Amino acid sequence: MPVTFKDFRNKVRPNWCPGCGDFSVQASIQRAAANLGLTPDSLAIISGIGCSGRISGYINSYGFHGIHGRALPIAQGVKMGNRDLTVIAAGGDGDGFAIGMGHTIHAIRRNIDITYIVMDNQIYGLTKGQTSPRSDMGFKTKSTPAGSVESPLSIMEMALTAGATFVAQGFSSDLKDLTSLIEQGIQHQGFSLINVFSPCVTYNKVNTYDWFKEHLIDLNDIEDYDPHNRVAAMQTLMAHNGLVKGLIYQDNEKKSYQDIAPGYSQEPLADTNIQLTEDQFKALVGEFM
Amino acid sequence: MINQLSWKVGGQQGEGIESTGEIFAKALYRLGYHLYGYRHFSSRIKGGHTNNKIRVSTEKIRSVSDDLDILVAFDQETIDVNFEELRQGGIIIADEKFKPVNPDDTKAKLCVVPFTKIATELGTSLMKNMVAVGASSAALGIPLENYHPIVKEIFGRKGDKVVESNIQAIEKGAEYFNREAGGPIDDFTLAPGDGKQRMYMIGNDAIAMGAIAAGVRIMSAYPITPASEIMEYLIDKLPKFGGTVIQTEDEIAAATMAIGANYSGVRAFTASAGPGLSLMAESIGLAGMTETPLVVVDTQRGGPSTGLPTKQEQSDIMAMIYGTHGEIPKVVMAPSTVEEAFYDMVEAFNIAEEYQCPVILLSDLQLSLGKQSVDPFDYNRIEIRRGKLMNESLPEIDKNEGFKRYENTPDGISPRTLPGMKNGLHHVTGVEHAETGKPSETADNRKVQMDKRLRKLRHLKFETPVHIDAKHERPDLLLIGIGSTRGAIEEAMMRLENEGVSVNHAHIRLLHPFPAEEMKPLIEKARHVVVIEQNATGQLAGLVKLNVGGRDKISSVLKYDGNPFKPAEVYKECKGVVSHASHV
Repeated sequence: MPVTFKDFRNKVRPNWCPGCGDFSVQASIQRAAANLGLTPDSLAIISGIGCSGRISGYINSYGFHGIHGRALPIAQGVKMGNRDLTVIAAGGDGDGFAIGMGHTIHAIRRNIDITYIVMDNQIYGLTKGQTSPRSDMGFKTKSTPAGSVESPLSIMEMALTAGATFVAQGFSSDLKDLTSLIEQGIQHQGFSLINVFSPCVTYNKVNTYDWFKEHLIDLNDIEDYDPHNRVAAMQTLMAHNGLVKGLIYQDNEKKSYQDIAPGYSQEPLADTNIQLTEDQFKALVGEFM
Repeated sequence: MINQLSWKVGGQQGEGIESTGEIFAKALYRLGYHLYGYRHFSSRIKGGHTNNKIRVSTEKIRSVSDDLDILVAFDQETIDVNFEELRQGGIIIADEKFKPVNPDDTKAKLCVVPFTKIATELGTSLMKNMVAVGASSAALGIPLENYHPIVKEIFGRKGDKVVESNIQAIEKGAEYFNREAGGPIDDFTLAPGDGKQRMYMIGNDAIAMGAIAAGVRIMSAYPITPASEIMEYLIDKLPKFGGTVIQTEDEIAAATMAIGANYSGVRAFTASAGPGLSLMAESIGLAGMTETPLVVVDTQRGGPSTGLPTKQEQSDIMAMIYGTHGEIPKVVMAPSTVEEAFYDMVEAFNIAEEYQCPVILLSDLQLSLGKQSVDPFDYNRIEIRRGKLMNESLPEIDKNEGFKRYENTPDGISPRTLPGMKNGLHHVTGVEHAETGKPSETADNRKVQMDKRLRKLRHLKFETPVHIDAKHERPDLLLIGIGSTRGAIEEAMMRLENEGVSVNHAHIRLLHPFPAEEMKPLIEKARHVVVIEQNATGQLAGLVKLNVGGRDKISSVLKYDGNPFKPAEVYKECKGVVSHASHV
């Protein structure tokens, strides 16, 4: 029986607010996994902490809900341990771009073959409405009652300069496009970053569904946009203040970490025999004599 | 003929002090002598005084010596800093180049040898180390042909000419010394070694080799003194077994990546020192809560903060036991010798998988970096046990329930499946969770799962939780130690015994859960208990009092100046405890 998105559903009821953008992200992951013919056993979703971090519990697959900001190193460890798994890391903008920013930059440049989906709502939801590194200047939150005085991070531009091989941006309202981007991200041989504008209907009254519909530029509507041209990608991002959706950049030339790490096994390490032979052992001992 | 002596070489960091000691040591351990080394170094690359002290003996030794017989000096600072350590009749062999001066209150003789000049005449001043090795060997009367194979091993790939001139440098150094001193010095003539072949390695080598023997395939780590050698060894070795070392952006990534890899079914670990362990505290809690096996090595150095990064200390004891928020099952092991470091490392992975919890292997700088001779490790002692890791085909599960990864079993340990396994699907979270791993905050579930996790270690099997040397039924003194102080305590004990003090020794090998049952009778039967440790607040003594009692008869011997305990220091302090007590 072929796999359908229903195979990736479980009976857990998300604790997200009605209307939360994260529902669409969940559905898009389920659909993308089914469209690619993955099985629940072969998919591992590793998530961070925050409203969006709960996503790993809402999808019928292997899932690991870790600690705040550390979804990426856990996910990279999972992939390095079993390269046959499809590994998706997921979390919010606070998780990935504040507390976990160090890991995000280094995961991008390390280029291990996993897909990172960020549910970006420009606010801290679970802690009840504080500013995030993606909040615009002047944005009023519980922690910035007079308006934020810090600049928001230009995350897509940052990914490009960090050496990203797959950079895309989606929007929770466009389920079909988002599903397609996630499919492409999973298929990409290397690290794929997909930032999703996933509105918080409770705490962000500025960056709403309607606001994004008004401001987002679809890259498909830009004539001759070439997602393999890094300079053009950067120019386009800067021209539109990062408010674009679609596949921004993909580099198919650069090899993934697993493919270039010296000696790294072609077989999943988790499946290999770990017992040393006596000869191997004696050789190791001999080196110190 | 003597049975042991101490030799030290010193100079500026980056001057080849390390390699001088290395070559000299190689000749000696291959003759079947037991060696124990100590490196004094600073947190910089070039410049600054550094020295390498090697103790040579016909018997097994596990400590630095109290004094020094021979000091090889490449600069005046070496003499000024170290001459007080030389015993009466000791010698300083110094390079003519810096016009060495023997201090007024010296006990040692000065023998000047033109290290640099001889080396330069042979082609390059770089070979001054070899000249020094030659002079040292002449003092001890070590036949120079022992160096031929060693020089070939080191310089063989640079061609015969380089090999030849290095051998000549050794010979010229010896010749010059013999001319000056009139041949080998009687006081320094060692009784022959037993000729047995041993390994010569630092504790970090043993820990790293232990990881390979345990079947490790991934190490994620961030460089730090004094742990980096573990990483360096594995960078060389793991690719040969299909594995890899990933140098992470920080220690948080190192620990969490290792957790991810262990979750996927690979044996993975990380190694660091105090600052790194502080950053890993939350991750260690995650491993405890999610019951993911995790091994972390802590090579203790001087704290707090950056502290004394290149110096000996044992001040992470409490942090390793308690260093995460909340309550988790955790095992802290403390090897005290290089052999134990190797076998413990294998066992750390077995325990981590059998009990599905974090295991910390606690080393200290002197154990991690002190180079010593050890009997070759035994292949037959290596055993791999993976506990309740499922590998058979599993019965079909209800999709909406999932596999009971956190099943409430009598021993608290639940069957473990890995991502990729059919019918093993489950959720993992650091949030309190029910048997299938789904978050649950109900009071009943909380109690069930907390009890289940903490129950796991109630019946922890650990072969030697305390190394006990108890010859006396009711001794005057019980000495308690941990980690690399083992040798110093053993030697102090011997001296006290020779003076008629009856002494037992207990060295803690399993720090947590604390081996209270093993320790209780030892403490009860001793008149006085002295806890010897390298920190300022008596952390181990505190643990003994907390877990066993005996507050009124326990005293502490502490050292926290950055240097390892010498046997004489332990002896003197313990002697003080006995004589003070007898006068009260």
